[in-house]
Amino acid sequence: MSLPWETVIGLEVHVQLKTRTKLFCGCANKYGADPNTLVCPICLGLPGVLPVLNRQAFALAVRAGVALGCEVANVTKFDRKNYYYPDLPKGYQISQYDRPVNRKGRLEISMPAANKNIGITRVHLEEDAGKLIHPDTEGSSGVSFVDLNRAGVPLVEIVSEPDMRSPDEAHAYLAALKEILQYVDISDCDMEKGSLRCDANVSIRRPGDDKLGVKTEIKNLNSFKSVAKALAYEAARHASIIEGGGKVQQVTLTWDAIAEKTVVLRSKEEAHDYRYFPEPDLVHIQADAAFVERIRQALPEKPAARRDRYVKELGLPAYDAGVLTGDKELAALFDKLRGEGLAPKVASNWVMKHVLAAMNEKKIAATTFTDKTRRIAELAKKVEAKQITGQTGAEIFAWILGTPETASVDEHILKQGLAQVSDAGALEAIVRDVIAKNPKVVADYKSGKPSAVQALVGQVMRETKGKANASVAKDLLVKALEC
Amino acid sequence: MIDLTASEIRDGVRAGKWKAREVVDAHLERIAAVDPKLHAYLHVDADGARAAADRVDASGVKGLLAGVPVAVKDNMCQRGIPTTCASKILEGFRPPYDATALLRALAAGAVPVGHTNLDEFAMGSSTENSAYGPSRNPWDPTRAPGGSSGGSAVSVAARMTPLAFGSDTGGSIRQPAALCGVVGMKPTYGRVSRYGLVAFASSLDQIGPIARTVRDAAMFLQAFAGHDALDSTSAPAEVPDYEKDLEAGVKGLRVGVPKEFFGAGTDPGVRAAIDAALKVLQKQGATLVEMSLPHTDYGIAAYYVIAPCEASSNLARYDGVRFGHRAKSFDGLIDMYRKSRTEGFGEEVRRRILLGTFALSSGYYEAYYKKALQVRRLIKNDFDEAWKKVDVIAGPTSPIPAFKIGEKANDPIAMYLCDVLTVTAPLAGIPGISVPAGFTEGNLPVGLQLLGKEWSEATLLRTARSYERETEFWKRSPAL
Repeated sequence: MSLPWETVIGLEVHVQLKTRTKLFCGCANKYGADPNTLVCPICLGLPGVLPVLNRQAFALAVRAGVALGCEVANVTKFDRKNYYYPDLPKGYQISQYDRPVNRKGRLEISMPAANKNIGITRVHLEEDAGKLIHPDTEGSSGVSFVDLNRAGVPLVEIVSEPDMRSPDEAHAYLAALKEILQYVDISDCDMEKGSLRCDANVSIRRPGDDKLGVKTEIKNLNSFKSVAKALAYEAARHASIIEGGGKVQQVTLTWDAIAEKTVVLRSKEEAHDYRYFPEPDLVHIQADAAFVERIRQALPEKPAARRDRYVKELGLPAYDAGVLTGDKELAALFDKLRGEGLAPKVASNWVMKHVLAAMNEKKIAATTFTDKTRRIAELAKKVEAKQITGQTGAEIFAWILGTPETASVDEHILKQGLAQVSDAGALEAIVRDVIAKNPKVVADYKSGKPSAVQALVGQVMRETKGKANASVAKDLLVKALEC
Repeated sequence: MIDLTASEIRDGVRAGKWKAREVVDAHLERIAAVDPKLHAYLHVDADGARAAADRVDASGVKGLLAGVPVAVKDNMCQRGIPTTCASKILEGFRPPYDATALLRALAAGAVPVGHTNLDEFAMGSSTENSAYGPSRNPWDPTRAPGGSSGGSAVSVAARMTPLAFGSDTGGSIRQPAALCGVVGMKPTYGRVSRYGLVAFASSLDQIGPIARTVRDAAMFLQAFAGHDALDSTSAPAEVPDYEKDLEAGVKGLRVGVPKEFFGAGTDPGVRAAIDAALKVLQKQGATLVEMSLPHTDYGIAAYYVIAPCEASSNLARYDGVRFGHRAKSFDGLIDMYRKSRTEGFGEEVRRRILLGTFALSSGYYEAYYKKALQVRRLIKNDFDEAWKKVDVIAGPTSPIPAFKIGEKANDPIAMYLCDVLTVTAPLAGIPGISVPAGFTEGNLPVGLQLLGKEWSEATLLRTARSYERETEFWKRSPAL
């Protein structure tokens, strides 16, 4: 029986920043446009042009660092990473080498056993490369096309410490990272569109060993599932090599998602020498304490902290808190409804039930409801006060969604006659009528089936088009049947 | 008309004495007459020049350079005009944009007549490294005009244009200006936008004026200096009025004379001319101060590491993918890069790309690039110390006058040593000017170089003008 192995994992995650324009030129930062339509002399790398730093991108990089608990450098600079590839117009990538914007952060991940902190080595700002397109069509063999729309899009590269000990932890780290970066609104983090990309470093060692084993790097993992699978595959491959008396070679690999195995991309000897040196076309950037503090103040509360607060301070069930904070906009909506005077659980119920249902059904975003919270709160209060029934509430909710906030809920209720009927006098005639029309149900009740009264309540509701207060109707029915 | 200075031309255009069109026609005629002998131009845009002159004549606004013909070094982008850097790799390249400095000159009414020859990608000191053949020195066409802005210096010296743009990385404005007997200034790093200047060594490159007189150089620089949002390294500092104190003289000015600027390799004719020049300044009221710039000799070594390092990266974009030369047949991507670049670049450019690539490589970075940056710092410290004692530093621009074409072409080290007195200014980021200082016995021009602290262009221009007023060497013109 073989001894156990400990897997050691570190991740390098590239995240595209949600800026209006590219990192060093005025071209739009947009996904999905026709090839080479979002380009200019600067991102095409024509002779004589110069980069100018996008301030918004820099601010977002600092925000990413602050959100991940990093130390933000007072002075930071850019460097050139030199290599040749057709998707890299200048023959170098403007990146950061020895003075990244952010260093030494951490990210908490929740695992079944216990929560764990994963160290963040650095978060630096750099430009994306373009894309190569290899057409499969016949007659185009050997021809590749270059699309430079993506060239120059701002990225942050987030490098973790080798602190993860299993593919599951790596998966949890990515999920937590995605959650927080979406929450602070620096990126869509959409792996399918490539706005979040992951490279993984993995090695194995005996538990208790201080020294790290020889690592391999897996490039361009394009889904969370691939990351976990590739890491598990690679760790097992390392173990079988070592257990077979061999040595793991330091190589760079790719993950073949179809064959579900790693494939060698290049060996250590073939590794690039990037010849980093300071980018002479850009000046050093000062990020003074006040600037960083402003960004820190403007940072939204982290999801985990907000979740805790909802449970501890507002008394929401953990499930509700989890759902609400899982989407920043949903949580914002919840907060806004509470601001309109709803009790936490009432506000939560309305978001979880009606808002989510409408979002799913109509494929709309939570922000659709942002300017409707005053009326939603008004409606919720009427239902709580039993002025209208839950069913009518749902109908009015749908009406609210299709009308402007200026439309009056009260007027609508009046006009449509939707107020809940709790007045015994108004209901008694209907109750008498229902009893007269349903002799069989009445007989059932009288022969000892009290539950039969529910059928009669249903009838009353039908007669009143749902406006009757069900419990008042039931009381009246029971009273009438008992005498 | 070709003997007029730029300011005379401008004043005449403003006063209605002559039309910009007449002026440009006279200069185009001169180019057609003498350039076949001198090869200052890679591309003459006669139609464009006439159209630009007509626009000046039709316009009510007569700017600082109204109607003045200007030559453009072929490493400055001009919209729609072939811009090749004298390299095969950029053959046929027409930029879709103008360099900022050029755009500003155009806005001031300048009339661009064409693009001038240079050492390929500005790498050289003789204009012999042009893929399109060397330019010739108008004072002796068997000799080189210096470089890399050789074509621009020749254009001005031979009365083809009163003004020309140059670019200086290690002396590429001042040295050819000296060897051709004209005024050339390298401004402080950051004074002029580099946007649209095809990069050689980004931390050193700077565009500057070449002119026959100091006043013309001042006026020209005035037109294109200043901050540019498209160049992050251009300084936001205000540009002073360079002509304001031009005639104020040098009384009380402390002029440093570093002993390192008069080394063993100095030509006796150059030495004599500079000694005489220093006496003129002294006579005009300047105080000469003997001094030392101890790290001068290390300038060449530092420069020939830093500049190739940056060049190796700056020139990576010429890969045959998007523009420029691509090999006709190749086998795969790497072969396409290799063949396109080998065919497209000349020998000196390839040498410097290899030098720079090597010096930046893992394991050599510390020994070469980093060490060179440390030397650069020491050279800057030398100057910072000097400014405590002197206002201006004076010496020869080049230790030797114009040399024969072919004389140094096969000896890169000898060629690099031509730059010994000019590389320190760009390494320190300070401005420098070369002003005509007479002739050797062989009737070859000598240049007096003046260096000053950052942003002291006005002081350098005033000093050069003071000397020029006394000597008037600019009035002599080569027999062609």
